[in-house]
Amino acid sequence: MLSSIVQALLNGLVSGTILAVPAIGFTAIFAVLRYPNFAIGSLATIGAYAGWYANVRLGWPLEASFALAFLGAGIAAVSAEWLAVRPLEKSGALMMAICSLAVGIVLENMVRFGFGNDPRGFNVPLMRDIRFGDLRISPQQVENFAVALVLMALLWAALNFTRMGRAMRATADNPDLARLKGVEPATVAAITVVVGGGLAGVGGMLVALDTAADPLTGFRLILSVFAAAVLGGLGSIPGAVVGALLIGMVEELTVLLLAPNYRTAIGFVVILIVLTIRPSGLFGEKSG
Amino acid sequence: MVNYLIFILVVAGVYALLAQSLTLSWGLTGLVNLGLVGFFAIGAYASAMTTKWAGWPIPLGIAFAILVGLGVGFLVTISTLRLRDDYLAIVTLGFAEVVRLVASNEIWLTGGTDGIAGVPSIVPRAWGPNYHITMLVIVTGLAITVHLVLSHLASSPWGRALRAVREDQIVAAVAGKPVVLLKAQAFSLAAAIAALAGAIYGHYTSYVAPEIYQPLITIYVFLAVTAGGVGRPLGALIGAYLLIGFLELTRFMAEVVPGVTPVQAAATREIMVGLALILLLRLRPDGLLPERNQKAPQPAAHPKGTTP
Repeated sequence: MLSSIVQALLNGLVSGTILAVPAIGFTAIFAVLRYPNFAIGSLATIGAYAGWYANVRLGWPLEASFALAFLGAGIAAVSAEWLAVRPLEKSGALMMAICSLAVGIVLENMVRFGFGNDPRGFNVPLMRDIRFGDLRISPQQVENFAVALVLMALLWAALNFTRMGRAMRATADNPDLARLKGVEPATVAAITVVVGGGLAGVGGMLVALDTAADPLTGFRLILSVFAAAVLGGLGSIPGAVVGALLIGMVEELTVLLLAPNYRTAIGFVVILIVLTIRPSGLFGEKSG
Repeated sequence: MVNYLIFILVVAGVYALLAQSLTLSWGLTGLVNLGLVGFFAIGAYASAMTTKWAGWPIPLGIAFAILVGLGVGFLVTISTLRLRDDYLAIVTLGFAEVVRLVASNEIWLTGGTDGIAGVPSIVPRAWGPNYHITMLVIVTGLAITVHLVLSHLASSPWGRALRAVREDQIVAAVAGKPVVLLKAQAFSLAAAIAALAGAIYGHYTSYVAPEIYQPLITIYVFLAVTAGGVGRPLGALIGAYLLIGFLELTRFMAEVVPGVTPVQAAATREIMVGLALILLLRLRPDGLLPERNQKAPQPAAHPKGTTP
């Protein structure tokens, strides 16, 4: 029993680290643009397919496929932002959220139109699990874990040491003050959407690497993404990371107790509990 | 052909009920219910389970569905009504998914993915064409009744208070309106209307299963309400019929495109639905029948020289 708990925690650590990638994307877009982008699931799906296309159709190595997943989803995100969501800025966050939901449906079905409903597997070698005593982990999991970590380290460096990263944080903190200091809000918003969408795309590919890419890959992810972001505090990037790790572990632990199908329902329960007890989440700003 | 047309009109009536529900929560009160389909499903299951398995009479089953919708609507709002409105959007979106998960997995309760077949019908199916016509009369009558009640409520002091909450919660609170209570009332009542629509639809099609309650249905209703006029119950009613017309049109359009697989045709339809909503929000967010400003009541005129 103890070893199965430790195994679940290990799996949760890996899946939570992967979940952190799209959760950062979602929360970053919320922090700068002030609306929940419900297209995040479809953006993850686009990333999964872009990565699959590069890996299987073009025969690229996984590293380059990740880059295409990031770019594909990032470009889709910023195009949708400019064409559909941004014109509604004056109508308020709720209208933008509803619009992003419609965008998500359009994007998901464009993928379905192009690739059909069949699952698409990546071209990765089958390898024997690595074992430590009773614990086991697949080399693919280790690699995905490493990719997620590297990406988060890059993002952290970009946010802290580049001019644009500081401008993004300043805008999230106080848009008026940032403008006063000469930050161009439109540029910051565009770059945030590219990066946020791109992170969702890489997240989608990471998930698809474990199983396969299909048009609902991203949709299955969104409850966990929302839960991670709300638990960490909407708009907080460190919060999204911690939230994702906790959600990943709780999901894996509940698989021990409940039917595996309920895995995704855990996210919803966590959202309800957090909003009732501490709506600002673990690291959040006040949310009134 | 005529039967098909009647079938479509019955479905449109069900959507008209859903559109009234969304008008109450979103249009009048500003509460986005992205889990509308979840309440639709709950109503369908509540009435189907009690009438088919417990042998309740149908009116009782439908009444039970409305009560369950009311109660669950209240539960969903408890944690979010004090927060920013986008939290409610996230919670309701998740809620509909959880309803589908529970419906698929709790086989002892819901029949699992097989669903519940042979849900009793409101009037005997043996009536043939008359069955559909009778149902059309019942559903249309119900949609109009709900619409009239909602219009009345919308112009009542309660409806004005809801709109005040929608426009500015702080001002409404300063004016002494119980903001959280009003939101909870509006959302729960709207959930009950959606549950009623679900119950009727389940009895009409005689089949209730998780796969029916796709998130896309919620988008359809948003499309109907946006097309007809957000905040105008009559607009939402008309919008529902426009929606069904549009959906049939997309079916036709997707079929005439040559060399398209069935999967691609289905995807094309959904793309058209999504694009229609995006375009409407952009070009005509007030819809066909924009909400009218209610005039403040005129103080009674007093003849000169007399004191009021």
